[in-house]
Amino acid sequence: MEIGAYSFGDTQRGPDGSSRSTAEAIKNLFDAIVLADRVGLDYFGVGEHHTASMPASSPGALIAAAAAATTQIKLGSAASIIGTDDPVRVFQQFATADAISGGGRIEITAGRGSSVETFPLFGFDLNDYDELYAQKLDLLLTLNNSRAENVTWSGTVRPPIPNLAVVPRPVNGSLPIWIATGGSAPSSARAGRLGLPISYGIIGGQPHRFAPLANLYRQSAQQAGHTGNNIKVSVATFGLVAPTKQEAIDRLYPGWVNLNLEMGKLRGWPAPQRRDFLAQVDAPNAYYVGDPDDVAERIVDLHRHLGHMRHFLQGDHGGLPQEHLLESVTLLATEVKPRVARLLAAK
Amino acid sequence: MSSNDETTIGILGAGRVGTALARQALKAGYQVRIATTQPAADNALLVDIVTPGALAVESSQAAASDLVVLAIPLHKYRTLNPDSLAGRIVIDAMNYWAPVDGVFDDFESDARTTSEVVEGFLQHARVVKSLNHIGYHELEEDDRPAGDETRRALALAGDDDEAKALVASFIDRLGYDAVDAGPLAAGRSFQPATEIFTGSHTANQLVALIQKARPLAVAA
Repeated sequence: MEIGAYSFGDTQRGPDGSSRSTAEAIKNLFDAIVLADRVGLDYFGVGEHHTASMPASSPGALIAAAAAATTQIKLGSAASIIGTDDPVRVFQQFATADAISGGGRIEITAGRGSSVETFPLFGFDLNDYDELYAQKLDLLLTLNNSRAENVTWSGTVRPPIPNLAVVPRPVNGSLPIWIATGGSAPSSARAGRLGLPISYGIIGGQPHRFAPLANLYRQSAQQAGHTGNNIKVSVATFGLVAPTKQEAIDRLYPGWVNLNLEMGKLRGWPAPQRRDFLAQVDAPNAYYVGDPDDVAERIVDLHRHLGHMRHFLQGDHGGLPQEHLLESVTLLATEVKPRVARLLAAK
Repeated sequence: MSSNDETTIGILGAGRVGTALARQALKAGYQVRIATTQPAADNALLVDIVTPGALAVESSQAAASDLVVLAIPLHKYRTLNPDSLAGRIVIDAMNYWAPVDGVFDDFESDARTTSEVVEGFLQHARVVKSLNHIGYHELEEDDRPAGDETRRALALAGDDDEAKALVASFIDRLGYDAVDAGPLAAGRSFQPATEIFTGSHTANQLVALIQKARPLAVAA
């Protein structure tokens, strides 16, 4: 089981609650990735977001920088909002990072995005949402599966590519391309039919309820004739690791409040309540916040239901102090990962 | 609760809301049919695994059920077929949530509630707005037997009393108290960003919130 972390960037807050700079947030994220590599974490994901509090707008640029500063960790987007980007540029940026990394450590996760900021930002019409995603995923896969530098593609959402060079090619021929989904059944079936690995973002409820979806994904793949190493499941959840469970809860809570206040203002939610937070922090619920034993046991328990090969956590939002992110990343690599390996081996 | 109930529930949409509703309706003993814009055969595996006991059907067959639930993204409501839904009792479980789904002119430029817009498009369907103000995972976790004093209540609004009675009994069998908010326009009181939409309430609490919202609903 691979253990990892992911982030959308987390703008720090001053003592009076005011936001610090978004540039600092990007540098902090870079530093966290470099540390994650040094302490032995398996994976770090950077999720494309375009808000002042979550400013990781350009996973390709950040991952290219991180590729140069790391040696073993796998790096990927989590996710790239391909519907409103140009898949040619996304592919080229990640293939460039792949070249810098030495090859084999760079992945793309294609997603629709859980919010719609990129539509007005890049001038797209929400009525075209499904068509943009479907065609641009097709283009991204066409580029990735191409054996040659020159590629031919045509569609309606982007000018055609008549036998043009799209370079560089990935070191190992192609990049792992994952499909991200929040858990709709048709998305699971589609990823299976495409024969692509699937990444579930589970942000609430009870994660083990995703078991039928993972089953649908695997059976859809099998029915379409896809087998082998590309048929695999990863899971992204909210979470934070600290020396004790109480510390983890106390560290994560203020940022959770900030995040929910901000989203609530936008979405008309009532003020977040501590009891709603606490209702999520224990098994079998969705927040993997705890000490290394607790988080490891819950990852292994979820593995019984989903059979996932990678579990990665996000705890940095609403201004989580950087040192708490760094400690969580370190504990994930040095304490959670060996426990998970031991528990899985004992099964 | 009868396990050989003849009442058929047709669900349009196999996303998170549609599949959660299907499982809860199956648990209540209903016959459940699910359709999407894809051919039924393409959904067979999905239905077998994710909502075992339900049937994957074409959308025209789902529309021919005793109760039809609309569980597609609201902005796709024009993909619904008004002819196949004519005369049918239709639960509109959809929401307009611009911060999440984006801004759509159909709803921004229309003072009516979204369910009235949908009813206007469908023309001859008997539309009841309900099941829109409970989260899809809550739906399968918050159900309680009738009479339980903590039982959660769900509001419904519509202009057809017979349709509302059937929907109320459906809600009850799903494990929730049904509270009649009034005509379809009164569904404004439980659209997104309202106190009803963002919270969880018993029948008494829900009645009070609906009464509190009523002058607003009439004025609008």
